[in-house]
Amino acid sequence: MDSEHTLTAPSPPPPALSPSTRAGSDFAIEAEGLSRTYRTRTGWLRPRLQTVDAVRGVDLSVRRGELFGLLGPNGAGKTTTIKMLNTLLIPSAGTARVGGYDVVTQTREVRRRIGYVFGGDRGLYDRLSGLDNLRYFAELYAVPAREQKRRIAELLELVGLRGREGERVEGYSRGMRQRLHIARGLLHRPEVLFLDEPSIGVDPVAARELRRTVAGLAANGTTIVLTTHYMAEADELCDRIAVIAGGRIQALGTPAELRRRADGRRVLEIEAYGVPDAALAALRELPGVRETAVEARGTQQLLTVQSDTDVDVQGDVLRELSGIRLGRVTSREPTLEDAYVAIVNAS
Amino acid sequence: MTTLRMLAIGTLLHAKHLSRSPFEVAMALIVPLVQATLAVHLFRSGDGSHRLIEAAVGAGLMGIWASVLTGSGGAIQNQRWQGTLEMIMLAPRRPVTVILPITAATAVTGMYALLATLAWGRIVYGIRIELAHPAAFLAAAVACVLGLGMFGLLLASTFVLLRNANALANPLDYPIWLLSGMLVPITVLPSWTLPVAAVLPTTWGARALREATVGGPVWPSIGICLAIGAVCLVVGGYCLTVFERRARVTATLALS
Ligand SMILES: Nc1ncnc2c1ncn2[C@@H]1O[C@H](COP(=O)(O)OP(=O)(O)OP(=O)(O)O)[C@@H](O)[C@H]1O
Ligand SMILES: [Mg+2]
Repeated sequence: MDSEHTLTAPSPPPPALSPSTRAGSDFAIEAEGLSRTYRTRTGWLRPRLQTVDAVRGVDLSVRRGELFGLLGPNGAGKTTTIKMLNTLLIPSAGTARVGGYDVVTQTREVRRRIGYVFGGDRGLYDRLSGLDNLRYFAELYAVPAREQKRRIAELLELVGLRGREGERVEGYSRGMRQRLHIARGLLHRPEVLFLDEPSIGVDPVAARELRRTVAGLAANGTTIVLTTHYMAEADELCDRIAVIAGGRIQALGTPAELRRRADGRRVLEIEAYGVPDAALAALRELPGVRETAVEARGTQQLLTVQSDTDVDVQGDVLRELSGIRLGRVTSREPTLEDAYVAIVNAS
Repeated sequence: MTTLRMLAIGTLLHAKHLSRSPFEVAMALIVPLVQATLAVHLFRSGDGSHRLIEAAVGAGLMGIWASVLTGSGGAIQNQRWQGTLEMIMLAPRRPVTVILPITAATAVTGMYALLATLAWGRIVYGIRIELAHPAAFLAAAVACVLGLGMFGLLLASTFVLLRNANALANPLDYPIWLLSGMLVPITVLPSWTLPVAAVLPTTWGARALREATVGGPVWPSIGICLAIGAVCLVVGGYCLTVFERRARVTATLALS
């Protein structure tokens, strides 16, 4: 991926022709009360109908050219929200417009203007080459015939697949497939791009290039909705972030605004081995402690304890953990991730 | 114009994808040989070389039919399993133009089976390939592919609308071979089958091929085959639109 090629982003459409300007709106995406319920049948002998309220009333407006992040734990409703916006799912309630067009009644107009990239290695024709995949989707997504060749070459360069495009996709690595997904999503120069965990399985160097590409697209006027589980990625890229949990937006603001939610706090990080649940529960009860979280890193666990700045909890915490093998203990300022943990835990 | 281009390129690429499936390749190698053998043994007792080539063509047609039935009936489900259904439905096009290349591709790979059956018949059994109207044979073959592709679209859309209709697909194989007169002339079937046979594009495709092989008015049959195909296209297109809408409500475009 070459940063020069990030300039291949679509130029913003001339204002006079853009429908939402016509409608007097600066928003590329507007959603009101968006909700979605899934009905599933479980059990085979005695089937029972089960309903899941995946999204429960989401209001959003994303400005043209804005890079909007959607963060939240697994099952929060991020993918569901994106699929309602990109016409793959019909909302159970609420309305949404993309580029001024309704996602339910003006599907074709919406589809002309959007790109969709999801994480994972499915969704490609495995027995065709990368090039054939792109050629097929270029036709399908109505890229003018005389532009196709140049556009595909440009995108192969951009995602760093040049030289490998003749190979069958079944021989691609996971990261290569992900890059092919990204190239496909950009073929028709969409005005609005939905990126659902686009950096999954991509190596750190390529992930950095990907972030540069995404930032370049946004700088050139593409509106982007991004979901990711990498806080640093969201922090670096997003103009605004919505934290969603349990199908509702729990917090919305710029990364700096969200970070401020953890103001007045201090974070203690402890490397440990085999922390029992009971000890964790005890930590949470300590005076001054606001949040605790554990992250497994191989055999090691990383414990984060957020506390009020004016209380020194380190002594108490280490006392609770006595008898457990510990590694390094550090105290630091809160990051976006700590703010995120606080928001999600509060929901 | 751009839609036609997309349909053509889409069909070719889907045919390419299909032809690289190990299962399809094995089928493509074995089935025509079996069919050529069947044709020869069923009709060797018959009266002449005309009958032999007629049987070989009929057997080849069965190959197309088998390919369309299994390929088109499961077309949408296959795309779902591959995870490509969402990505193709996301195209700013009518569902019918998105799915037609897939079913047409199964007819194309099926056409290969017809040619391979003839080739095996020639190589292994020495059937003389003498066509009454070679040019019309070509036209009839193309009409067969188009007609079957459109009929396949109807199958694809109704199968996906009716749950578990796949179970219906396999038993359909034999009756339609018989009904379309691929293996035996329609005239030897009971009379109640005639109206059913008359509305199947396969009947007229098979007839056009037979006429081109042994002599007869090829063009009317080609016309009827294509006309019925067009009706299938319209009805199938409508079913697909209904399907697309319903799948977005029930969240069944993706596996999950
Ligand atoms: N097709 C489906 N049928 C039934 N339930 C579903 C379906 N898709 C999602 N769900 C449920 O809806 C909820 C929200 O799922 P969704 O995929 O939107 O979450 P997410 O925020 O994208 O999570 P992740 O971070 O794991 O991708 C979950 O409880 C999930 O189990
Ligand atoms: Mg998701």
